[in-house]
Amino acid sequence: MFQWLADFIVIDMLGISLSTRLGSALHFFIYDSVKILVLLISMVFVISYIRSYFPPEKVKEWLQGKRKGMASVLAALLGVVSPFCSCSTVPLFIGFVEAGIPLGITFTFLISSPVVNEIALVMLFSIFGIKIATLYVLVGILLAIVAGFIIGKLKMERYVEDYIYQVKMGETTVADLSQKDRIQFAGENVKDTIKKIWLYLVIGIAIGGFIHGYAPEDLLVKYAGEDSLLAVPIATLVGVPLYSNAVGSLPIIEALIQKGVAIGTALSFMMAMVALSLPEMILLRKVIKPRLIGVFIITVSIGIMLIGYGFNIIL
Amino acid sequence: MILKILGTGCKNCKTLERNAREAIKNDNLDVSVEKVEDIPSIMNYGVMSTPALVLNEKVISSGKVLSPQEISRLIQQNL
Repeated sequence: MFQWLADFIVIDMLGISLSTRLGSALHFFIYDSVKILVLLISMVFVISYIRSYFPPEKVKEWLQGKRKGMASVLAALLGVVSPFCSCSTVPLFIGFVEAGIPLGITFTFLISSPVVNEIALVMLFSIFGIKIATLYVLVGILLAIVAGFIIGKLKMERYVEDYIYQVKMGETTVADLSQKDRIQFAGENVKDTIKKIWLYLVIGIAIGGFIHGYAPEDLLVKYAGEDSLLAVPIATLVGVPLYSNAVGSLPIIEALIQKGVAIGTALSFMMAMVALSLPEMILLRKVIKPRLIGVFIITVSIGIMLIGYGFNIIL
Repeated sequence: MILKILGTGCKNCKTLERNAREAIKNDNLDVSVEKVEDIPSIMNYGVMSTPALVLNEKVISSGKVLSPQEISRLIQQNL
C-alpha cells in the first residue's frame, strides 16, 4: 500500500522516473514518511495504553525486596514497558535507591528503558522486519541485565552522591485510572510523541533519502562494510555524544545499510545514541559521582560494541 | 491556597508552570504558585515522575504536562 502510494506520487503525479537520482531519493522519502507515520501512531497508542498500567511508582514496589536474579530480569522487562522522560531520571534514581533496590538493578532499568522503547521498535520493525526487531529487543534486554550485573558487582555504592542516602521519600499515592483515562492518556501520548518527533523524522528521512540517491556506495562498503573491523567501535564512539531519539537516526541508518554499511555497525551506532547521551549524563551527575558515570559509560559502550560485532558475524 | 510545581527545571516543568499560572488567571483563583526544584524536597512528596503538582501539600498529579483546562479541573476537584 505504501509502495503503491509512493509510486503513484513520484511516477504519475510528478512524472519523475525512479531510475533517476531525484526520483529514487523522492520515492524513498515519501514511502518512508507515510509508512513510519502510520506504524508510529498505532504502536505508540497501544504501548501508551499498556504503559498506563506501569507507572514508575509501581515498578519500584514490584522490584523492592525481590531476589537479585529475579529483580534484574524484571527490571529489564519493566524498562521496556515503563519508559520515563529523561527529566525524571533523577527522582526515579533516588526513589529506587531509597527503596533499597540494589544499584545494579537500578542501572538495568535505566539502560533498558531508553534502549528498548516503542519508537525504536516501530522503526526497526518497519525497516528491517520482525527478525531484526526481535533480536534487537532480546540483545537490548540482555545488555541491560549484564551491564547492571557488572555495575552491581563492582560495589559502586559509595560513588552515589551522599545526600541521596539522606533523602526520605514521602508516601506515594498512585491515582486510580479508569479505562477512559487510559485511552485518553494513550491518545495524548500519540499527539505529544508526534509533535515532539515529526521534525526529527522528516529531517532523518530527508537525509536518508539523500544518502539513498546520492551517497557513493563503494566508499561506504569499504569503510563500514562487514569486513571493516574498526567500524563498530567508531560507530559506537561517534554515537555516544550524539543525542537523538531512535526516530531521527533510523531512516539514516536504513539508507546506510542499503548502501552496504553492516547491520551490526549501524545498530551499535543507534544503541549508543539512545542509551548514552550527554544530556542524560548531566542529569545523572546530580545523583552519582564521575567515577560511576565513567564505569556506566564504559560498561555500556563495551556491551554495545560486542552486540555490533555479534550482529555482523551472525547476520 | 498554595499550588506547588515540582520539577528539576526541565522543559516539561516549565510548560506545566506556565499552564498552571494560566489556569489560575483564567479562573480568577486565589492561589499562589511556588516552584520546588530542590530534589530532596521533591522526593519528600513521594513523587517519582516529574513534573508534579501539589495543592495544599497533596500531590494531585505527577509525570504529566497538563493543559490549563485539566489543571483547572484538578484544582476544582481537590478544593
